[in-house]
Amino acid sequence: MSVASTAGDVTLSVNGVSKYFGGVRAVDDVSVDIPTGDIFSIIGPNGAGKTSLVNMISGFYTPNTGSIVFNGEDITERRPNERAQRGIARTFQNIALFAGMNVLENLMLGRHIHMKSNLLSACVYWGPNQREEVRHRARCEEIIDFLKLNDLRKQSTGALAYGFQKRVELGRALALEPTLLLLDEPMAGMNSEEKEDMARYILDVNEQLGTTIILIEHDMGVVMDISTHIAVLDQGTKIAEGTPAEIQANPAVIAAYLGTSH
Amino acid sequence: MFHRESGYYKTSYASDSALYPLPIARFAVAGFAILFFVVAPLAVSSYYLTILNLVGIAIVGALGLNILVGLTGQISIGHAAFMSVGAYTAANLATRFDLPFWITLPAGGLMAAAIGIVVGFPSVRIKGLYLAISTLAAQFIIDWFIVHTPAISGGFQASIQVPRPTVFGIVLDTQRELYLFILVIVVIAIVVALNIARSRVGRAFIAIRDQDIAAEILGIDVRRYKLMAFAISSFYAGVTGVLYTYYSGVANNEFFPLVVSIDYLAMVIIGGMGSVLGAIFGATFVTLLPIAIDLVMSSLGPYLIDDMGTLSGIKSHMRLILFGGLIMFFLVVEPDGLNRLWLNIRSYFRVWPFSY
Repeated sequence: MSVASTAGDVTLSVNGVSKYFGGVRAVDDVSVDIPTGDIFSIIGPNGAGKTSLVNMISGFYTPNTGSIVFNGEDITERRPNERAQRGIARTFQNIALFAGMNVLENLMLGRHIHMKSNLLSACVYWGPNQREEVRHRARCEEIIDFLKLNDLRKQSTGALAYGFQKRVELGRALALEPTLLLLDEPMAGMNSEEKEDMARYILDVNEQLGTTIILIEHDMGVVMDISTHIAVLDQGTKIAEGTPAEIQANPAVIAAYLGTSH
Repeated sequence: MFHRESGYYKTSYASDSALYPLPIARFAVAGFAILFFVVAPLAVSSYYLTILNLVGIAIVGALGLNILVGLTGQISIGHAAFMSVGAYTAANLATRFDLPFWITLPAGGLMAAAIGIVVGFPSVRIKGLYLAISTLAAQFIIDWFIVHTPAISGGFQASIQVPRPTVFGIVLDTQRELYLFILVIVVIAIVVALNIARSRVGRAFIAIRDQDIAAEILGIDVRRYKLMAFAISSFYAGVTGVLYTYYSGVANNEFFPLVVSIDYLAMVIIGGMGSVLGAIFGATFVTLLPIAIDLVMSSLGPYLIDDMGTLSGIKSHMRLILFGGLIMFFLVVEPDGLNRLWLNIRSYFRVWPFSY
């Protein structure tokens, strides 16, 4: 999809979206526009509705109200795999790698939407199917180089250390060559060196590949450092939006995080 | 010892994903080819060739079920019904229209695949035990439908005599000729199964098995691939049914009862889920086990039990007891099946006689 992306464009707009689970309003009438090329962070206390919002963007939940528009197309009713084909990729809060496969195969799965081979050519394998495999293998090797996973490419992902698993998951999402990348707590459970590495990868992806990124993260230091814009959710509603400096000074945000004195 | 990676450098991505990257493995494959294509038909007596034929037929069926159960993580207790579909499709085409095997064989597979897609539809919504029950229902519905439709089953006793297949004008009516015929089909079935597993389609299957939610987020149309897995698995089952029909010279639904579906599940589990080699091991093991038990009981039995009636009763029960016992044994001791045992042996001998 080649939408001309100049500064000021909006990649994704979420319009008045709500999600109810029974009586619980997980997300309540949230609107947010994600500018093209942004690292857009969504923060908020536990249970604020961050993951629910990302689930609606990636297609696991259908919102009860509102619409989601991606690159000018209303994708509210689209299934997750159709959204992936349009250029939305994500990682999961609790890692969702394919444990029965090695790193390379996980990355190759990220190439799935870019590959053409069907059942018949797969049965034969030799010929077009093999040439395609080799071509996409080369793309995966670029990602392996980029994320420094060279030693691990034939390792089963189930046996990898946690930090590497997170990195492979990022690589798998990158293999889709998304225009919008959703990262759900990519640094949870990492030590500070691993966090630094991950922050560097996120910045590199954003700068070198021009990917728009939506980031959910609890580490405020990282969020304030790398985000271009931040939206703050609390109990399902958006209470603030702005640049990191604006958010830090916002009294509603401080109240939500630290509580107010009564 | 022999199977050693060191010293062989892969210089292209294609060579890295080759089926047999090591020279020793290629020699082994060539050796097996000579053994099965040349030595076996010349040296093995026709009784043992019938056993090899049964093993070959079972391998095709197990490979198919392995794609569904082992790779895609779905379940089917209706595998035998699809064999029945293939058998009757081929039998009708062969007797009514006098069609040769190279049409009836794929036709039987395709018909089974079409019905497999219909039976697979519940898998879009349900998983695990619920899916098992719905495929179990399919087993009975298909069986009932075939038996009660004279146009399919040929009416009397639901059995149709089928002429032997003809290749280049030669009628395959001896076990030796049938053996070579079945062997060629088995080799094709194995190569196709290996190719599917290492291509885009196979990776999508495994993704659905491991994490269906993540699979969907990567753009894999989970519903489509689940149905595709059912179609491939049923195609293999249909071909199995056709082979069995040509092997026995008759299409009969009594060859394909529920217990056969269970047998095939056992092959996949005992062999090692998700592995082509495992399916081959499992099919061989499950087919040979009752024959081996029979052999042992027949040769040892008369010394232990005088009454022949009692002995044959014990024999048939012994088979079930040992069969069930072995499945339990494997699930507890080696959940990854015979294939894992083989890999363990291989990795032990990889550096043998050195310790590392």
